[in-house]
Amino acid sequence: MDRATRLALYRSLVEIRVLEKRAYDLFLQNLVKGTSHLSLGQEAVAAGFAVAMRKDDYTFCTYRGHAHTLARGAPMVGVLGELMGRKCGLMGGKGGSMHLTSVEHGAMGSYAIVGAHLPVAAGAAWSAQVRGTDQVSVCFFGDGTTNIGAFHEALNLAAVWKLPVIFVCENNQYMEYTPIREVTAVANPAADRACAYGLEKILIDGNDADVVHRTARECIGKARDGGGPSLVEALTYRTSGHSRADPGKYRPVGELDDWLKKDPVVLYRVRLVGMGIEENALRDIERAVERAVDEATEAAKACPPSGVEVIEKDVWADGGSSWRN
Amino acid sequence: MAELTYRDAVAAGIAQEMARDESVVFLGEDIGAAGGVFKTTLGLLERFGPRRVRDTPISEQAIIGAAMGAAMTGLRPIAEIMFSDFFAVCWDMIANEIAKTRYMTAGQIALPLVIRTANGYGSRFGAQHSQSVENWAMAIPGLKVVAPSTPLDVKGLLAAAVRDPDPVIFFEHKGLYSTKGEVPDGEIVDRLGTAKVVRQGEDVTIVALAAMVPKSLQAAERLAAEDGISATVVDVRSLVPLDTKTIFEEVRKTGRLYTVEENPRLCGWGAEIASLVAEECFYDLDGPIVRITTPHVPLPAADLLEDNAVPTVDRIVETVRRNAG
Ligand SMILES: Cc1ncc(C[n+]2csc(CCOP(=O)(O)OP(=O)(O)O)c2C)c(N)n1
Ligand SMILES: [Mg+2]
Repeated sequence: MDRATRLALYRSLVEIRVLEKRAYDLFLQNLVKGTSHLSLGQEAVAAGFAVAMRKDDYTFCTYRGHAHTLARGAPMVGVLGELMGRKCGLMGGKGGSMHLTSVEHGAMGSYAIVGAHLPVAAGAAWSAQVRGTDQVSVCFFGDGTTNIGAFHEALNLAAVWKLPVIFVCENNQYMEYTPIREVTAVANPAADRACAYGLEKILIDGNDADVVHRTARECIGKARDGGGPSLVEALTYRTSGHSRADPGKYRPVGELDDWLKKDPVVLYRVRLVGMGIEENALRDIERAVERAVDEATEAAKACPPSGVEVIEKDVWADGGSSWRN
Repeated sequence: MAELTYRDAVAAGIAQEMARDESVVFLGEDIGAAGGVFKTTLGLLERFGPRRVRDTPISEQAIIGAAMGAAMTGLRPIAEIMFSDFFAVCWDMIANEIAKTRYMTAGQIALPLVIRTANGYGSRFGAQHSQSVENWAMAIPGLKVVAPSTPLDVKGLLAAAVRDPDPVIFFEHKGLYSTKGEVPDGEIVDRLGTAKVVRQGEDVTIVALAAMVPKSLQAAERLAAEDGISATVVDVRSLVPLDTKTIFEEVRKTGRLYTVEENPRLCGWGAEIASLVAEECFYDLDGPIVRITTPHVPLPAADLLEDNAVPTVDRIVETVRRNAG
């Protein structure tokens, strides 16, 4: 892996970390309403894949999708603006935190019904196959998602049709509050199911950006070459609650501390320094990201809220919502 | 001019659009090699090949999800759900994902797709393969809803649905598949959102859909012959968008409105039309609006029971006779 790729990975990790923390602060200031699901502790999965993807590839993610959307290059002001219901939001406040979408960056939507986007990601991959492009579709979801029907329907269809899609399970050990192992028949909720669809078992350290990136490159390369789908299970941990309202009291004492020792951002920084990348280069990235997030925050705050005139817009392609003549 | 069955008109409509536009693809269970369980799609696999005509596993969520993913990335898919009752197993995909995505993404994602399905009574298949569920679809913002009653309308409205930039639910009536009608040669493209006056009368206006249209026409003939009551019959054809203009015009001429609905009573499509007419044509009415529907029951299987659960010609005649006097 070359230096530029490593720095790109580090920058993506830091961007997600700083932006997610900012999103949390904005909640506490009541500038963000509703709910929101952060990827703190899980940054390496979104970053590792995004850096391995081509501009015209497709990303599908869940309500926990700030990270994946940002990592594809969506503007920070669009992300923060959307969380705050502003005109400058990616969808002008129509979607909110759980539905971030930026089609021009290949971020084809964040889906809040568990499992629903797996068949959709398979469909985008089918489209690439039919159209004869070599685009791939990457679909992120949680461990809890492996127990819903749509997961199995999508995996089977993708395998039978040899679709260029990579299913990425971020096993952060919990559904909302229930540990995944308490409700799942196998130890590795995604990887142990791969054989049911004739797929290789791929179980990786999801906190190691290099490992994620290498896996991403392999799976994406295989899909592009017509080798069909992959199912990756990345072991990780969310270091904040499930959503804004969750203090995470259900976690056994010490568990969080153990995982914090494997913090993906810290881990990667230490590795880069160990490899001889200068402190200064890393500090420049960190400062640039802090500045970018500050500027995006101020820009989003200064932007007016979306006006009520959009309520009845964009149901149909003609821009309106009329259902009669 | 050729005489086609309603069944043949389905294949003719799909073939017309697939021949015209490379981006039109077709997927569903048993639709390819087998030609469809109702033989509505015979010959399409042979003519357009397995790249564009795909047999799927029994995975309704994957079928609809794949159509959605394909539609947002440059294809115009037609998906078949074998029986409309099965919408219930992929309702998330239809009602939460497809219907809401354009709105949530402020127009970033377009979904030009058609979901075809066999709807309605008449095959003695029992409650899980016979219901009329057009009112389910009509209740969801973001879905266009069409239900033709003749071979000509099948072909023309199917073409219009495929060319429409929004998701269209296309209800074929399985009780009509063997009916015949004249269909002119050459390309046929109809318009969504248009009702048709299929019989012009002076005393009462009967508004009907799909299999209830031929029944209403028969009832109208009997009312004319037996009671001297002259009935207008309007084929609604498109529930969303709804052609209120034509319906209102015909109600204003006669001052009396009857709806004939196959869906169960509560929240049937006729209730929406009745409320619109009550709001906007109240002073043109000479008597109460009367809804003739299937009672609020699941459909029974036995022929005698099924035939008498849905509105019969007798029931339409008697209801109009009783009220129109
Ligand atoms: C079909 C469905 N059921 C339940 C929920 C409520 N819910 C939202 S997130 C969540 C937990 C999902 O866990 P997982 O797949 O592990 O993802 P994570 O939140 O850990 O990223 C649940 C149960 C939902 N959104 N959709
Ligand atoms: Mg989880």
